[in-house]
Amino acid sequence: MVNNAVEIHDLHVVRGGRTVLEHLDVTIGGGVTGLLGPSGCGKSTLMRCLVGVQQVKAGTVTVFGEPAGSQPLRARVGYVTQAASVYDDLTVAENLRFFARVLGAGRDDVERAVDAVDLAAHQGQVVGRLSGGQRSRASLAAALLGKPDLLVLDEPTVGLDPVLRRDLWALFHGLAEEGAAVFVSSHVMDEADRCDRLLLMREGRLIADGSPQEIREKAGTDDVESAFLAIVEGAA
Amino acid sequence: MNARITLAISGRVLTQIRRDHRTLAMLLVLPCLLITLLWWMFEDTPVFDEVGPALLAMFPFIVMFLVTSVTTLRERSSGTLERLLAMPMGKLDFLLGYGVAFGVVAAAQSVLAVALSVGLLDLDVQGPVWLLTVVSVVDAVLGTALGLFVSAFAQTEFQAVQFMPAVVIPQILLCGLFIPRDQLPDVLEWVSDVLPLSYAVDAMQTLTLTAETADVWQDLVVVAAFALGGLVLGAATLRRRTP
Repeated sequence: MVNNAVEIHDLHVVRGGRTVLEHLDVTIGGGVTGLLGPSGCGKSTLMRCLVGVQQVKAGTVTVFGEPAGSQPLRARVGYVTQAASVYDDLTVAENLRFFARVLGAGRDDVERAVDAVDLAAHQGQVVGRLSGGQRSRASLAAALLGKPDLLVLDEPTVGLDPVLRRDLWALFHGLAEEGAAVFVSSHVMDEADRCDRLLLMREGRLIADGSPQEIREKAGTDDVESAFLAIVEGAA
Repeated sequence: MNARITLAISGRVLTQIRRDHRTLAMLLVLPCLLITLLWWMFEDTPVFDEVGPALLAMFPFIVMFLVTSVTTLRERSSGTLERLLAMPMGKLDFLLGYGVAFGVVAAAQSVLAVALSVGLLDLDVQGPVWLLTVVSVVDAVLGTALGLFVSAFAQTEFQAVQFMPAVVIPQILLCGLFIPRDQLPDVLEWVSDVLPLSYAVDAMQTLTLTAETADVWQDLVVVAAFALGGLVLGAATLRRRTP
């Protein structure tokens, strides 16, 4: 297991004159860490900071001891954006072979990634003709190439079939057991229980941090959604 | 800089073009059709010999400018550029990858256009014919470089296409196609002196008029320098960190 894969200190991000992240301090370790919160609360921005593609106003983000986004990290961090970032006019296999070449990963890696997201039957198909869920799986597969030590996944399970969602969460836990730190965001509260650790986010701040059980117990509720409400209302 | 990554990007861009039959046909056939149209219009006059070389310089430039500005914009807006920039890819790898891919397409395009013009339509060329193709390829890379650069200033594909009249048409008007550059009003002549397409057209015209190639190489160096400058400016507009 990785200890403190990510260390964030006093992170402050302003986008278009609006404060998106407000003086955030958090560390992320091994296992599957879920980032939950409503749309627009700053989840994607925080993820972009981890990968080093977000301009930040203040604060530091350190990944495996290096500044986020620095050259030695780029092969070690797998990133899936919220919108499927794959080429619509290429097949699944062509997309993955391309990203594998950029990463210097082998052909067998492509097969492993395709199998992991259950797209083997569609790998010869052009991505533009796949369903939304299949496209986002193709995008996820690209992030699995090269065995990254940190996976940053922005809403990878949105709109997917429940069976597949369960399988993907199993995959995330499998990767975490092999030693990767997995950081997954979701706006669907019922995914909370699938995480080892939860960060609840609202309006650019983290309002709770702990295992799903801890968060429920502390708020005295039966589910994470009610806990979220209880925390927000308690703070108001 | 990493040759593996550069070639991966070129290979991918070429696969995308190959997959898109309509674009491929437009890239390869359209210049030939337009050149033939011009030849037909000016049948039995010397005009084709005067204007043909300029067209051979313009097509690769215009087409590659358009194709590149739209594809790069697509790459920026689809999130694939962000993903690539989060990977171990240098900015120059990305730009050169595009440059190489479109250079290859331009070479194919100009071989066809030159073969048609010289072989079938009897365009008079005094200089070496292969050098016409070299000039075309450098023009295409120039178009690619400028296309990459302007795509940074467009938010939509619609805007990207609008850069064509802004960046390309003034160069076409002032490149010596309509009136020799030394007959332009002074100010416009100076302007045409700092526009890269002028040098590309000069090179083509010199090639058709004389077998002496020293001037051609000089013009080529200027065009290549503009292309390189465009790539460097393009690299400056590629930001790993965006707001």
